[in-house]
Amino acid sequence: MKIRKRSNAPIFWGLFGAGGMLAALFGPMLVIITGLLVPMGLLLPADTMSHPKMLAFAQNFIGKGFIFAIIALFVWHAMHRIYHSLHEIGIHAGLFAKLVCYGIALITTLIAAVLLLGLGF
Amino acid sequence: MAGWWKKNPFYVEYMVHEATALFVTAYAFTLLFGLFRLAQGEVAWNGWLEALKSPLSIVAHLVFLVAIFYHAFTWFKLFPLTMPPIMVGGKRLAPNVVVAGGCTAGVVAALALLGLVWRIAA
Repeated sequence: MKIRKRSNAPIFWGLFGAGGMLAALFGPMLVIITGLLVPMGLLLPADTMSHPKMLAFAQNFIGKGFIFAIIALFVWHAMHRIYHSLHEIGIHAGLFAKLVCYGIALITTLIAAVLLLGLGF
Repeated sequence: MAGWWKKNPFYVEYMVHEATALFVTAYAFTLLFGLFRLAQGEVAWNGWLEALKSPLSIVAHLVFLVAIFYHAFTWFKLFPLTMPPIMVGGKRLAPNVVVAGGCTAGVVAALALLGLVWRIAA
């Protein structure tokens, strides 16, 4: 019996889908909170993103997982889209483009993991 | 075949929708940098919080917001094409109902997140 090589596409597609769903559900509100409300001192308590609070959040098991999922899956999602749009702007979506796009996503994931693990539990 | 999409408004819209992925990346990198500053300690973190208050950062986040909001909206708008058909009482749920359901989930999730952050911070 001949063993057929399995496609790796479903893995990337799965990461794309999960990231897309997270971005659609939480993306806009996260931008509003971290980029607008907290810096401008609106609505939320003034110390919402203070160092002790953010450190505690990043050391909490759930908080750590949330930060990791947001950063890693957003980038996997976006890089998958960018990779598949390159052809439309005249860049051949070959192996090199694939390595660059998914490479950026992989490196981002690893950096986020190392930083989060380094913060401890 | 590069640039074929410029001839049809539908495909121009498609490319705008695809391009919003760049802003999703930019925001994720912003958060990653914040995480890096957090790992460096309190002084570095406070410096990052100050940087977020700069007019440049506020404008950048307004742009992120518009782009990511559009990104989210088109994600739900394409649900009838990207999601498996939902059957209710033997009939396929109408596309506009599916889109409305997705958008509602988006609004509920956003408000829940805001409420949760409020609760944790308070």
